[in-house]
Amino acid sequence: MEKTFTIKSPSGLHARPAALLVQKAGSFPCDVFLVKGEKKVNAKSIMSLLALGIEANEEIVVITEGEKEAEALQAIGELLEA
Amino acid sequence: MLTVRELVEEFNFEILAGKEGLAKQIEDYSIKRPSAELVGYLTYLTPKRIQIYGRTELGLIQQMEETTRRVNIANVMVKEVPCIIVTRGLPVPEELIDLANERQIPLLTTERSTTRLFYLLIRYLTNHLAPSTLLHGGLVDVYGVGVLITGESGIGKSEVALELIKNGHLLVADDAVEVRRVDEEHVRGRAPKRIKHLLEVRGLGILDVTTLFGESAVRDEKDIHLIVHLEEWQEGKEYDRLGIDPPPTTEILGIDLPKIIVPVRPGRTIATIIEVAVMQNRLRHEKKVPILNL
Repeated sequence: MEKTFTIKSPSGLHARPAALLVQKAGSFPCDVFLVKGEKKVNAKSIMSLLALGIEANEEIVVITEGEKEAEALQAIGELLEA
Repeated sequence: MLTVRELVEEFNFEILAGKEGLAKQIEDYSIKRPSAELVGYLTYLTPKRIQIYGRTELGLIQQMEETTRRVNIANVMVKEVPCIIVTRGLPVPEELIDLANERQIPLLTTERSTTRLFYLLIRYLTNHLAPSTLLHGGLVDVYGVGVLITGESGIGKSEVALELIKNGHLLVADDAVEVRRVDEEHVRGRAPKRIKHLLEVRGLGILDVTTLFGESAVRDEKDIHLIVHLEEWQEGKEYDRLGIDPPPTTEILGIDLPKIIVPVRPGRTIATIIEVAVMQNRLRHEKKVPILNL
């Protein structure tokens, strides 16, 4: 499943919220990926997420594949738009 | 993705005309000196290339009759041209300025000589327009050999990288590696800017390798020569037991690289295995494969 979200937090997704997102993604059995432009990274890796450098107002595509993919998509989306 | 504006900033070009075209994309990393085209030979115009006008081109333009001059230039300065650069600070003919404004082609000048600019531009463009990708894994310089460590999340790639650093090898990137094909034979990796020289070890968090181990423990980029793939030991799977045949290869951006699969299991010191794999791979390169007398 995939869906596009827009980052609402004015400071983007910096270290602490990124760590939260990684934790949340890790709690699901399915694969979770974030896509920004041409770059696709594993949302369960804090370093990859920081490497992506997600800023305010950016559009991020979330892709979930596998068990509980719908729940994961919703939970990750909520964190991105928080 | 490279715009003319970025190029202007990098090389400090002066913008003479055609400001509206600064957002144009540069797609072709070749460069054109359009002297043949200026006298009417348009077969190989390749309009998406940056055009450089030096003494030859401007000299030619000057010799042309006024009536043919504009027509000739207009045939060469087509809309697709990303930008035009005049070298040596040479005086720029009015026709060039007019056309640049009319067709929104940035017209730039520099004091550099044509040859020097050629060299710098080609180097810069090949670097920036090379095919690239973001890979999941770590990159460490082991005895001067670029080793890309891959494997599933949690297999211990960062821990291995940490151990290699402790053994005196150099970290290039952890977890995410930006890889680009620099030429027909080489792929080069570096860390994404934001996580440069950082290493994440579960239980410790994100470590700043430069602060902890010093400048001598890191390097900015490195060509990848060898892939070491870590995986959980699978019972029943056949792992290489002889090491006589060269390892299979995996393709990164169209270049084949040897890939060694190393099963992880308690009691196997992966860092040491990687060091030895590197030495063995080097021997293989030097055609000094250890032929065992069995």
